Amino acid sequence: MANRIPRVPVREQDPAVRATNFEEVCYGYNREEAMLEASRCLHCKNPRCVTACPVNIRIPDFIKALTDGDEAGAAAIIAEDSSLPSICGRVCPQETQCEGSCILGIKGEPVAIGKLERYVGDWSMAHPGKPVHIERNGHKVAVIGSGPSGLACASDLAKMGYEVKIFEALHEVGGVLVYGIPEFRLPKEAVVAREIEAVKRLGVEIETDVIAGRTVTIDSLMDEEGYEAIFIGSGAGLPRFMGIEGENLNGVFSANEFLTRANLMKAYDKEYDTPIYAGHRAVVVGGGNVAMDAVRTAKRLGAEAIIVYRRSEAELPARAEEVHHAKEEGIEFRMLTNPTRILGDEQGRVRGISCVEMTLGEPDESGRRAPIVKPGSDFEIDCDVVIMALGTSPNPLIASTTEGLETNRRGCIVADADGATSREGVFAGGDAVTGAATVILAMGAGRKAAAAIDRYIKAKTTPKKLDI
Amino acid sequence: MFEITEKSYLAENICRMKVAAPRVAHAAKPGQFVIVRVDQHGERVPLTIADYDTAEGTVTIVTQTIGVSTNKICALEVGERLADLAGPLGRPSEFVDVPVEELRKRRYLFVAGGVGTAPVYPQVKWLHEHGVEADVIIGAKTKSLLIYTDEMRRVASHLYIATDDGSEGYKGMVTGLIKELIEVRGEHYDECVAIGPMIMMKFVALTTKQYGLKTTVSLNALMVDGTGMCGACRVSVGGKTLFTCIDGPEFDGHLVDFDEAMRRQAMFRTQEHLANEKSHECKCF
Repeated sequence: MANRIPRVPVREQDPAVRATNFEEVCYGYNREEAMLEASRCLHCKNPRCVTACPVNIRIPDFIKALTDGDEAGAAAIIAEDSSLPSICGRVCPQETQCEGSCILGIKGEPVAIGKLERYVGDWSMAHPGKPVHIERNGHKVAVIGSGPSGLACASDLAKMGYEVKIFEALHEVGGVLVYGIPEFRLPKEAVVAREIEAVKRLGVEIETDVIAGRTVTIDSLMDEEGYEAIFIGSGAGLPRFMGIEGENLNGVFSANEFLTRANLMKAYDKEYDTPIYAGHRAVVVGGGNVAMDAVRTAKRLGAEAIIVYRRSEAELPARAEEVHHAKEEGIEFRMLTNPTRILGDEQGRVRGISCVEMTLGEPDESGRRAPIVKPGSDFEIDCDVVIMALGTSPNPLIASTTEGLETNRRGCIVADADGATSREGVFAGGDAVTGAATVILAMGAGRKAAAAIDRYIKAKTTPKKLDI
Repeated sequence: MFEITEKSYLAENICRMKVAAPRVAHAAKPGQFVIVRVDQHGERVPLTIADYDTAEGTVTIVTQTIGVSTNKICALEVGERLADLAGPLGRPSEFVDVPVEELRKRRYLFVAGGVGTAPVYPQVKWLHEHGVEADVIIGAKTKSLLIYTDEMRRVASHLYIATDDGSEGYKGMVTGLIKELIEVRGEHYDECVAIGPMIMMKFVALTTKQYGLKTTVSLNALMVDGTGMCGACRVSVGGKTLFTCIDGPEFDGHLVDFDEAMRRQAMFRTQEHLANEKSHECKCF
């Protein structure tokens, strides 16, 4: 029988303290807390959480194992469907996925599935199994990009015996996990680096500083380096701007630039040479996770930090937990506000941002109520930094240097459900295909593509039976 | 990887290094650049490629010491390694894709200033190897700051030198020499390529505009990743915002908003940097 207790609260760093450091906000459950929270699960006959999970993790089953204190069993169940539980437990939008469909959530609070997944993931990292010897099958596969989709694809292929090499453009491995998501939400050493170590232990080789489309091309990897198949998981790294006046003033950054300086280049740490500038008052334009990450980073760097978003709070695309944490940390939210112009001083530095108030009209094609300008509502916000967090699109470098690789009008690589692209032997997945989405979807796409690559190579190399 | 195999000083504060980077050497073309990170604490610094040797698997980078990161790069000795050298980045020079017969009908004028002389060299060398005529002007404040003159003499049709103090060649700015070549000596050029300090490129572009001479400039904007991700390198070209790293680094010099580009280049400059630069102010235009 399910234990009818309220959701076990998770320990967090004090908001006033954490707003001045980059250490992880949430401490997660310990064993006792995890087992207690696990006991709340109703074990529904028809578990809606499983359907709502993008990779259909057998949630009630892993929670059952946890209730019995069997972490290894829980880890094995999660591993069937997810290769990055420590990461997804921290960054998945659970409130719209598993937890959002938990029956307990109708009258009270859903089971803390994300926190339980994180507990199991962290437990497995601390208890790595003995390395198993994997027989190599002699087939070479290249993976472009070391983000969630690339890591997931590479580790599955390595487990099947393939010789896998990941090519990463940056100097650090992890893609958006290292350049995009801040340390206070996803620790780099304790979590990301250890997940990557686990992938390397499977025999996956990783070469950094290789930019596909420049240093190598899809064709050179296949023709000159002998890769039989390629998985492209190059992400969606190109920042968007609004196209308004003043966007090239000094002090206007893309969220990508601001976060890359802070996360990848560790500019917040005096030991590192890369500069960063958050100003005295920073306005972040946007309402997604990246906007929350940028505004909370600016706050930690000492700025007064403000979110400007053109719809209302209900439409904020960010994870509920991040919005909640941002508010606790003293971030100001200006909803139904849209920038029209960035204002500069004589030296060309930002001095403010001109905005209009919005109201919400009928739902648009995204299903959300469309923001409409309130006439005559112009006003200014004083600030010396503006950060644009308006979403990203895929980098065109690979598509533009690979003949016959089809892309759609948004610049995304066209791939079927298995990741197969218009080029034979070339597969793709993650944000490069979908546009900016979630870690778990990218991870799922990488795993599907790994299975498809295995089928592709086997079909190509197995001699066909002759009809005699 | 990325071991320094040769090192020499071309001028007091300009250092040339040959670095083992087989993949970059194999893929490099004139006009492209690399991103260098000296050690785990270092910045990602965009540097132009001064030469590349596919057979040897090396690229040559030329660095002027202007701040923490460039000082750290130049402090490395032969046998030591850069943490990272990624590239080649950016689009190759436009002429690389023009049919050679077409190129041979053209006469190029290259205008090189200061450390910008280094990336001019592989371009002129490439044209020379393809039988295309290219005159080169190298400008510097004074004779001791001239770099790449011997190398350039071997590949240029004519090499002209301009120094502010007249210690070698023409006395004055490169713009004065361009005027003299075209107006006094009656030289005709079909295309001009100017690489050097922003301020030099700005005035070269203003000068060549009077003659309707198509001018390409190579911008050394601030960058973080160099692959299109950060947008730090955005530049206004003909009223459109472009990214230097993926749309450039070469642009039509008559369309670039140089004042904005110079302002953006100074975005992170501290007072200390400014003071440092004042004492090394380039007067080559």
